[in-house]
Amino acid sequence: MTNTPNNDLDSAIATAKKQLDQHTVEIVQRHFHESTGCPFWLQKKSELNFDPLTEVKCYDDLKKFPLFEDDWLRGGPVERWRMKDHADRPTYVFETGGTTGVPKSRVVVDDFRTDYEVFSHTLPDEYFPRGGNWLMLGPSGPRRLRLAVEHLAQYRGGISFCIDLDPRWVVKLIKKGWMDHLEEYKKHCIDQAITILTANHNIKCMFGTPKLIESLCLELEERDMTLAETGVTGIFSGGTEFTPQWTRYCVEELFGGPPEESGIYMTPTYGNTLMGLACSKPVTAEEKYKISYYAPQPRAVTEVMEFDDSNQAVGYGETGRVKLTTLTPEFFVPGFLERDEGEREKPFDKFPWDGVSGVRPYHKLASATTVGVY
Amino acid sequence: MLDIPVIRWGKPYESLEKTEVVHFNTGEPIASVSAANGGLVSRDMRKAQQARNRLREFSCEDLIAKVGKAADCFENDTLTLGNGTQSPDEFVHHQSASTGLPEHMCRSNMAKNCFVMRNMTEILDCLTRGLDLGILTNGYGTESRGVIVSYQAQTPVLGAVLPSNSPGVHTLWLPAIPLQMGLVLKPGSQEPWTAYRVAAAFEAAGIPPEVISLYPGGHDVGSALMTSCDRSMIFGSQKTIDQYAGNPGVQVHGPGFSKIFLGDDCVDRWEEYIDVMAESIYINGGRSCINCSGIWASRHTKEIAQALAERLGPIDALPPDDPKAGLAAFTVPGMGKAVWDMIKQDLEADGVTDCTAEYGDRVVELERASYLRPVIAHASSPECEIANKEFMFPFATVVECPQAKMIKAAGPTLVGTAITDDPNWIDQLLSATNIDRLNVGPVPTNRLNWLQPHEGNIIDFLFRSRAYQVAENKVAAMA
Repeated sequence: MTNTPNNDLDSAIATAKKQLDQHTVEIVQRHFHESTGCPFWLQKKSELNFDPLTEVKCYDDLKKFPLFEDDWLRGGPVERWRMKDHADRPTYVFETGGTTGVPKSRVVVDDFRTDYEVFSHTLPDEYFPRGGNWLMLGPSGPRRLRLAVEHLAQYRGGISFCIDLDPRWVVKLIKKGWMDHLEEYKKHCIDQAITILTANHNIKCMFGTPKLIESLCLELEERDMTLAETGVTGIFSGGTEFTPQWTRYCVEELFGGPPEESGIYMTPTYGNTLMGLACSKPVTAEEKYKISYYAPQPRAVTEVMEFDDSNQAVGYGETGRVKLTTLTPEFFVPGFLERDEGEREKPFDKFPWDGVSGVRPYHKLASATTVGVY
Repeated sequence: MLDIPVIRWGKPYESLEKTEVVHFNTGEPIASVSAANGGLVSRDMRKAQQARNRLREFSCEDLIAKVGKAADCFENDTLTLGNGTQSPDEFVHHQSASTGLPEHMCRSNMAKNCFVMRNMTEILDCLTRGLDLGILTNGYGTESRGVIVSYQAQTPVLGAVLPSNSPGVHTLWLPAIPLQMGLVLKPGSQEPWTAYRVAAAFEAAGIPPEVISLYPGGHDVGSALMTSCDRSMIFGSQKTIDQYAGNPGVQVHGPGFSKIFLGDDCVDRWEEYIDVMAESIYINGGRSCINCSGIWASRHTKEIAQALAERLGPIDALPPDDPKAGLAAFTVPGMGKAVWDMIKQDLEADGVTDCTAEYGDRVVELERASYLRPVIAHASSPECEIANKEFMFPFATVVECPQAKMIKAAGPTLVGTAITDDPNWIDQLLSATNIDRLNVGPVPTNRLNWLQPHEGNIIDFLFRSRAYQVAENKVAAMA
C-alpha cells in the first residue's frame, strides 16, 4: 500500500508525539535529579504528591503538576533557577514585565541562542539572505530580544545593528496620557533606524515591533522612500497587535504587495521570555491573512485549553486560553496559562503538532492590559 | 444583516476585523461594522489636503445649498448603508435599538441635525459674525467697511471621535463641509448610524464622496485620528478633557455641569420656574451636557428639591418605542448599578438629602442593560461633593448657596441659566469666565439658539484671523 498525503501527516504527527513524550521524560529527569536540578524545582519536588522522576512517563503526565505561577519568577535569589550542572557556565538573566513592581526574571545559559537557531531554520533564505546584515528595532535592556536577534544575525552570517527602545517607559507614557512624548519617543527611534538603513550597511533583514514597522514605513513615505528601497527584504515581528487586518494593511499598503511583488517577506512570531519562539504558517491573502503559530516542539508546546479547565484542550477551530509548556535543558515550565486566547489549529506537514491562531489578549484580562507597548 | 465598511475618502473598504452592533437589551446583532486600524488612518491623512482642494472647487454658498438638500435626504430618503439601505424609520429604529435611547428622542435628534443643515447660512453668518464666506475660501479679502482681513485655514479636514451615547452632538461637526473642510470621523461603536447617514445624505445631495472618511474601530483609531488631523474634536469624560487641556488642535466636549441660578430677586417666586427646571433636567433622557445638573439658590432650596422630586421621581423606565419613554438605557452591563453606587455614597454625606428616595428603587435592571430613574438631591452647601456632579440620566442637586458666592462656587458651567433681573448680578455673570453659554431669564438650559456658538466657536477653531498686507500696486490691480 502506498502512502497517501494523509498517511504521511498522520505518521509525522505520531513521530512528533513520540519525540515529545521522550523529550518530556528526559527534561523532567534533568530538572528533578539532585545532580542536575535547580534549587527551585528540587525544593518544589517535596511539595508534590507524586514523584516526577518515576511518575512522568509521557507529555500528558505533566498534567500532574500544578499550573506554573509566573509570580514564582519574581524576586531573588535568582540563583535558585540555575541548574546545578550549569553553575560554572556564564549565565544571563532576562526580565519580562517590570513597569511597576518587581519584574519576572529568567536565567539563561544557551536557551536564547538555541531557540533562535531553531527559528532560523524556518526562515526562507530568499528573503532572509545568508550573510545579510540585520537591524534590530526593539527593546534591549533586560530583555532577551536584542541578544537573541543579534545571535540570529550572527548565526546566519550577518551583523546586527541595534536601535534601543525602553518599553517600560513607553507603558508609563501611555498610562500618564503623555501622548506627545510617546510620539516624540517613537520618532526618536525611527529617525535612528532610518539613519542606519540609509548608511550603506547592506541591511537585508530586520526585527521590528508592529508599531515601529508601521511608523518606519510611514516615515519613509514621508521622505519619498519605501522600505524596499532601503534594501530590506525580510522582516520578523511579533505581538498581539499582529492581527490579520494589520498584516494585510502592511503587505498591501506599506510594503506594496505580497513578497513576490514587493520583494518583502514578513513573518509573525509569538513568544515571550518564558518560552522560545513560535513561528507562523506562511500568511497569505488567499487565507485572509490568517496567522497560525506553531511552537518549537519539543522544546516548547502551546495548547489551547478550555477557559474553565486548563487540562482540557478545546476542539479544533474552537476558542480557548493559550497554555505554554517549556521543556529545555535549562528551564522547565509545566503548563503556564498565558494572558492570551485563540483558536486551536490542526497540525500540518511542516509542523505536525497543534498550533494556535487569532491570538489576542484573554477577554477577561483584556480591559486591564495596556497593549501596544512598543 | 447590514455589513458596514470603513469609508476611505469615499471608497468602501472591507476590513478583516469586524465588530457587531447589537440590540442594547437582547444582544441581537443589527449590523456588522468593519474596524479600521490606526495606521490606515495615519496613512490616509496624507491625502487630507485633496479633500479641501476638492471642496474649494465649490463656493461656500453652493455647499450650503447642497447641505440644505442633504437635510431633506437625511430626513426623508431611503439611503445606501453598507451592503443595504436604510429608511428614515429604520434609522430611528436602529439608533434606538443600539443606544437604548427612546425612539421619539432619536427622531428629535434627527430633527435637530436637519435644522442645522437647513439653516447653515444663518448659522455660519452668526458664527463668522457676518463675514463674507469667500474670505474663508480665498484666505483673505476686503470687508464691506474697506478693511483687508485674512482668515487662514488651520487644517484641510476636521476630525472627530464621536460618542456612542449621545446622538445629539453631531450638529457640532456639520458646518465643516460648507466651510470647505473634509470630514474624518470615527463613529461611536454603538452609534455608527448618524455619521454614515449624514455621509450618504451629503453624497445624495451632490457633495463629492471623496471628501469624507469614516473609520470605525478601536482606541488606536481614535488616537491616530487625533494625531494626524490638525484640528479634531473628541467627546468624553472629565479625564478626556484634562488629557487634551491646552492642546489647540483638539476641541474637547465632555460633561457640561450646566446649571440654573435663581437670583435673590426671583427665588421667592420659584414655583413659576419649576417647569423650566424640570425640562432642563429631564429632557433627552438627561444625557446631554446641556442638561441641568444643578439648581443653585440662596433659599427655598428644600422646597424646590421636593417639588422637582415630586415631578420627576415617579418617572419609570418605559420601552424605547413608547412615545412617553423619557429615560435612556445604560447599555454597558452593570453600569446602572455602578453609577447608582457612586451616587449613593454622595447621598450619604452630611448635609445631603436624597429627595427621590420615597419614589422607589432607582435602578431598573434588564437582561443586558439597566436604567436609572431620576434622582434629585438637596445639598445644604456647595462644599458637598454631590453639588458638582453630573451623570448621564436625569440627575440634579439643588444647592443652597448665598448669591454672592454662587458664581465662584459653581465652577465650570457649560450652560448657565440665570433667573434674575438684578442688573449688577447680570453684569457679574457676564464677566464670569467659568460660564460658557449664558442665558438670562427662565430659558431651559437645553434650549440652544443655534445662532450662538457652542463650547468654542468652530470658526475660531478651524481658522486663524491674522494680519495680511498687500502692496499698494497689488491692491490697485485687485480693484
